[in-house]
Amino acid sequence: MPKDSGIGAPTKRREDVRFLTGKGRYTDDLNRPGQAYVHFLRSDVAHGRITKLDTSAAEGMPGVLKVFTAADFAAVGGVPCGWLVTDRFGQPMKEPKHPVLAEGKVRHVGDPVAAVVAETLAQARDAAEAIELDIEELPAVVDMRLALDTESALVHDDAGTNLCFDWGFIEDNAAAVDAAIKAAPHVVTLDLVNNRLVPNAMEPRAALGEYDAADDQHTLYTTSQNPHVIRLLMGAFVLGIPEQRLRVVAPDVGGGFGSKIYHYAEEAFVTFAAKALGRPVKWTCTRSEAFISDAHGRDHVTKIELALDNDGRFLALRTDTLANMGAYLSTFAPCIPTYLHGTLMAGNYATPLIYVRVRAVFTNTVAVDAYRGAGRPEATYQIERVIDKAARELGIDPVEIRRRNFIKPDQFPYQTPVAVLYDTGNYHDLMDVMERISDRAGFPARRKESEARGKLRGFGVAAYIEACGIAPSSLVGALGARAGLYESATVRVNPTGGVSVFTGSHSHGQGHETTFAQVVSDMLGIDAAQVDIVHGDTARVPFGMGTYGSRSLAVGGSAIVKSVEKIVAKAKKIAAHLMEASPTDIEFKDGRFSVAGTDKSVAWTDVTLAAYVPHKYPIEELEPGLEETSFYDPANFTYPAGAYACEVEVDPETGKVDVLAFAAADDFGNVVNPTIVEGQVHGGLAQGIGQALLEACAYDETGQIRSGSYMDYAMPRADDLPSYKVDNSCVTPCTHNPLGVKGCGEAGAIGSPPTFVNAVLDALNSGGHEVAHIDMPLSPSRVWAAINGGNA
Amino acid sequence: MPKVSLKVNGRAVSRDVEGRTLLVELLRDGLGLTGTHVGCDTSQCGACVVHVDGVALKSCTVFASDIDGAEVRTIEGMANPDGSLGVIQAAFQDNHGLQCGFCTPGMVMSAAALLTENPNPSEAEIRAYLEGNICRCTGYHNIVKSIQAAAAQMSARPVAAE
Ligand code: FES
Ligand code: FES
Repeated sequence: MPKDSGIGAPTKRREDVRFLTGKGRYTDDLNRPGQAYVHFLRSDVAHGRITKLDTSAAEGMPGVLKVFTAADFAAVGGVPCGWLVTDRFGQPMKEPKHPVLAEGKVRHVGDPVAAVVAETLAQARDAAEAIELDIEELPAVVDMRLALDTESALVHDDAGTNLCFDWGFIEDNAAAVDAAIKAAPHVVTLDLVNNRLVPNAMEPRAALGEYDAADDQHTLYTTSQNPHVIRLLMGAFVLGIPEQRLRVVAPDVGGGFGSKIYHYAEEAFVTFAAKALGRPVKWTCTRSEAFISDAHGRDHVTKIELALDNDGRFLALRTDTLANMGAYLSTFAPCIPTYLHGTLMAGNYATPLIYVRVRAVFTNTVAVDAYRGAGRPEATYQIERVIDKAARELGIDPVEIRRRNFIKPDQFPYQTPVAVLYDTGNYHDLMDVMERISDRAGFPARRKESEARGKLRGFGVAAYIEACGIAPSSLVGALGARAGLYESATVRVNPTGGVSVFTGSHSHGQGHETTFAQVVSDMLGIDAAQVDIVHGDTARVPFGMGTYGSRSLAVGGSAIVKSVEKIVAKAKKIAAHLMEASPTDIEFKDGRFSVAGTDKSVAWTDVTLAAYVPHKYPIEELEPGLEETSFYDPANFTYPAGAYACEVEVDPETGKVDVLAFAAADDFGNVVNPTIVEGQVHGGLAQGIGQALLEACAYDETGQIRSGSYMDYAMPRADDLPSYKVDNSCVTPCTHNPLGVKGCGEAGAIGSPPTFVNAVLDALNSGGHEVAHIDMPLSPSRVWAAINGGNA
Repeated sequence: MPKVSLKVNGRAVSRDVEGRTLLVELLRDGLGLTGTHVGCDTSQCGACVVHVDGVALKSCTVFASDIDGAEVRTIEGMANPDGSLGVIQAAFQDNHGLQCGFCTPGMVMSAAALLTENPNPSEAEIRAYLEGNICRCTGYHNIVKSIQAAAAQMSARPVAAE
């Protein structure tokens, strides 16, 4: 086996060459003959009734082909939601229509009201200014707590409430949890906010629709993490296009982080308009538009209670969360605060009793959906913050209190009280690694050195668990998913031995073209350069569910493994025939088939050629060709885990926090490409530290976004962040997928926010400032206010 | 419409442009050089950085008609004459300095400008210099490492241990 390119090798990424030479092909790089451009006129108020919408002047402007409004979409469905949550009382969630263009009412700043299609983008923009739009402003629903008042204005009048659902998990445990909390000697309570974030993939969204009347074929090029999901949702629910007539292509995509999972109205618009006008129609989002139209992330307000005995052992945990849905239900929105959050509330701990309540709330803000981590960062943040508070209140070392409550290595598989079954893990080992790579033992000396300079130094720790590799279809179906969550792969061996792999996963930075080729080359014993990975085009790849939730290798990779196994089994039969031996005697190693115990062998290419030129071939028993398709449906989630440490220095004069060091010990199971895995951790850490230190999407009370560009939304920059220490040496392979892999894409973003906040609080408390909590982001003003006993 | 003549990656080009046409629009739409990207509309992200007469500029902030006669270099002009990756490009590949690749052209162009100004930058200097280039994928760790490796290679001394 070529060890420099197989499983475990830090292979250089093949996709880099095109990106480094300017030859990447992102959606906005594509242009189709005769293409027109659309500009959306968006609401500049958060909530209001459209009293006048006159497009006649705009229609007459130079270059304008047509101005579309809701009236043009009367026969078209709304943008659908992919997950149905049932509430504590057995009732379905409220699911108001999300029209492609606003119908009668606008519900958030950025809600599209009209769309101008013109010969050039400049003409479309100019014409949009000539549209006469009057909106009678209504009181905006912004604060979730106020939204649930009976007096509140309603985002959706026909829903009769701003409460989307009131969910309890597990409802039958509520009374026992309540009793345990009442009886416990210690109960530590924390109110916290998980701040709203804007995902900000660096490539803004774009969509290009095209229609071929001769074949009645629609094509949509779009910035998507899951082109088949878009095809299904848009074809079946919005536009009524049979799937065989609709091709969705997601070419190179410049980052997603969740925000490019969802089916967005703009995709439906360009597809619809391309047919209506007989011209390709292109939309490219500006960054300003992205801030008010991409689904946002997080935005939870939570009260958490942790009951402990006198030894610091966890007895029970209860949380009560308000989760912002925004104005419309985005594709996966209802599942994030429920099944991707409530099921993770055990964390790494053997807490026997847990109850989670979540009320999802409509507000006049942009829709909120999955953002890197999706529900799991929200769960981890609560658990790891309340544990740190408990450690301080009970006078127990923060590492020790965690060790005392960890699920022990011999307790796996471990059934949590929140439905999920952890297959494997070793949280104590992770803690050991974290303590070593962060040099925790040397911290007191470093603190002294900081103190000598008038600074406060803090060391924060946190552990995390996540559920990745989403997910067993029957399980998610029972929980309300309106789709299966398997993955597909076709492996096509060509006559001369090269291999094309068609995967339903989608790469938008993860490096699948390299990693998946490593897996296939390892299994077949051929050079990785002979393996091509194809993704992102519904006309080429089998129906697949795409990439999110750190699922690509665990689920998509497993589908590839299954197909390669089928290829090898068939190839052995062909080889046996060629060598006149029994298939059971054939061994396959390093790209050669041999007959056990003899010196007879044939090469990989002898067999692949025979498969397509079946002159000497067992044609009665075996079809010619060498191509296999598999759909892999996982048996369980995977459960990556880690222990993180962060070291910060706080300037007590200004409240400014510097991140000095960050150490991450993760267990991702087996690793195919360690360099890529480390890169995924780095990126996740930057996003998590960004959330905790810098980023906040803020709305004012009228529903205007106050952080609508990079002038006001603080993206982490190179000089805000340290270099990271990353260690993946702790490996407990996943027990139920063939590669033993768990997924690494979200870990950094999940574990780092509480680690960072715990570090800052450690610093402040070391300086005699008794601060129990500061909400993220820990800006200088908030930290300064906490030091000085007030609110920022 | 004013006519603008430029030398782009060593090739003379001339185009009629509107007064409001930005350099990045001319590069992408007029010349098909789509390696230069647009990541924002407030001149913050640096995805659009190119070199104009040897100076790194955000091409989203420059009117094409204002730089008539200039020499422009874009990511498409950074490879070696034989088409192989240039030193900085190769260092980014060797050190996994990119993931989705969207910020990458701007990062490489900024890195090239930095190494011209300061052939041996410290980590802190690299981080400070990249203040105008946002990457959402890499957490910057491997971008810094890539630039350090490129610097080491350009001055032909061994890469400092991490
Ligand atoms: S496009 Fe963002 S700085 Fe130029
Ligand atoms: S590599 Fe994706 S933004 Fe930098």
